[in-house]
Amino acid sequence: MINVQNITKRYGDLTAIERVTFSVNKGEVLAFLGPNGAGKTTTMRILTCYMPATEGTARVAGYDCFDQPLEVKRRIGYLPETPPVYQELTVAEYLTFTGRLKGMGRTDLRSAMDRTIERLSLGDVRHRLIANLSRGYKQRVGLAQALLHDPPVLILDEPTVGLDPKQIIEIRELIKSLAGSHTVILSTHILPEATAVCQRVVIISGGRIAAVDTPERLSARLRQSEKISVTVKTPPPDLAARFRSLPGVLSVFEPTDSGAFLLECELGRDLRDDIARLIVTQGWGLLELKAVSMTLEDVFLRLTQHEEGMPESGALGPMAGAEVVRP
Amino acid sequence: MTPVGTIVAKELRSYFVSPIVYVVGAVFLLIFGVLSYLAVVNAGAQAVRLMQIQGAAAQLNLNDLVFRPTFYSIAIILLLILPLLTMRLFAEERKLRTFELLMTSPIGINEMIVGKFLGAYTIFLGLLGLSGIVPVILSLYSSFDWNPVLTGYLGLALLGALLLATGVLASALTENQIVAAFLSFGLLILVWLLGGVGSVLGDNPLGNILSYLSFIEHYDRFVRGLVDTKDLVYYSSGMVLMLFLAHRVVDAQRWK
Repeated sequence: MINVQNITKRYGDLTAIERVTFSVNKGEVLAFLGPNGAGKTTTMRILTCYMPATEGTARVAGYDCFDQPLEVKRRIGYLPETPPVYQELTVAEYLTFTGRLKGMGRTDLRSAMDRTIERLSLGDVRHRLIANLSRGYKQRVGLAQALLHDPPVLILDEPTVGLDPKQIIEIRELIKSLAGSHTVILSTHILPEATAVCQRVVIISGGRIAAVDTPERLSARLRQSEKISVTVKTPPPDLAARFRSLPGVLSVFEPTDSGAFLLECELGRDLRDDIARLIVTQGWGLLELKAVSMTLEDVFLRLTQHEEGMPESGALGPMAGAEVVRP
Repeated sequence: MTPVGTIVAKELRSYFVSPIVYVVGAVFLLIFGVLSYLAVVNAGAQAVRLMQIQGAAAQLNLNDLVFRPTFYSIAIILLLILPLLTMRLFAEERKLRTFELLMTSPIGINEMIVGKFLGAYTIFLGLLGLSGIVPVILSLYSSFDWNPVLTGYLGLALLGALLLATGVLASALTENQIVAAFLSFGLLILVWLLGGVGSVLGDNPLGNILSYLSFIEHYDRFVRGLVDTKDLVYYSSGMVLMLFLAHRVVDAQRWK
């Protein structure tokens, strides 16, 4: 449905994205994940024909974004980074305007408007001026505009920004319900969001694609060691060294505030039994022992930190077990 | 509804919820009224003087004494007022990021520009229509030739179109509304002064070209009751040129 081949975008000397290639199948939900300034918005702007790419081709629903922009635009619902709302219009007037811009007829528009307002629970503010709405409502009005004409392709730039937790869950459910019948690309820097709603994740960093895969496979692929977190009641001063001497332990990180040691072990070897036995026989008092799986956050940090001079593969340095080490 | 119609409707709606139209409209109509009043009082004084000299009731030409000076003054007032109507058209969309919505909607840039221009032009024509009350009231108390008045209004309508098109171009160039307004003042006053520079240079090709470019000379003929194709061509081609340039500017900004 969406096919991007080697697109590069330069703003003067600055290269925003470089040789980005990916494709999205019909009915798939894909997340762009990356730090701020990674090129997520630029890529989306090229796909929506807001700006042309410097090099490369992008096709949406079989139409070229450069040669047939109107055909592409007709098939896309786009929510930009800042919700594109007119402060001086009411929600109903705004949706009428955007519906007409998209070429909807009067009767189509009326039913689509009722449906979309219902879907995004905007009923209470239907006749209120957008200027007087809260950030969360404005965001939902922007989303309503993208969904209004029921386009086959949706491009959503950080759709859940500014929403409260309950609304975030509702919007995620909404996006999930679109999967199958719609092709969705969304950008986010909230990692659980990508895991929660997307079938595939594109990790983008410094204008290049760092990885494309399912969230599960990404974390599996990048896991190069088993990690175990251990909390001991009365640790002897040489505990770290004692752990290190166990066969299979690669490295040991001293506890931070939480008091938990983090052990990195050889891949495919479960040392929990050995560690437990050591602690119990020595009488140090075992409080907690658990395997730490690598979250998408770790994967993300690893991949995006490549840019800052870390080696390409192999020794990626100590992996921070996110939930364990964080104070 | 056509795309252009959609944009026009939205622009009109935005104009009427913002204070700009009310302020611009009130100031324009007030100045129009005051200028006509002064011209009428002046005409009255001249009538009294003529009567003293000739001893009999003189036949006054209201077209020369009232309408012509009013039309000239109004042209300059428009120069200062109309940029305020157009300054927001693109600058505001940029500032508030709604521009991204327009540019990713399935409408062409030309439809966007024509829609915005027509929105502003409709407001202007409305104001011009309201100012028509002045000749109507005068016609109740005196008699004058309607033809030069109507051609004067035609001249104002054409001049306004050119001024507004220039304003659309200025607004497309920046995302700051004040800069947009100033830019159109500057451009318009420059074009207006070209006529002066042209007459200083005298009757040579450059002088003639500069004089032709100034919109005052063309407007002058309408005020005197002459409708010349040459002047119609001047105003419509100037307007199309400005809107075309605005199209190029909007399109070019995507490439940055």
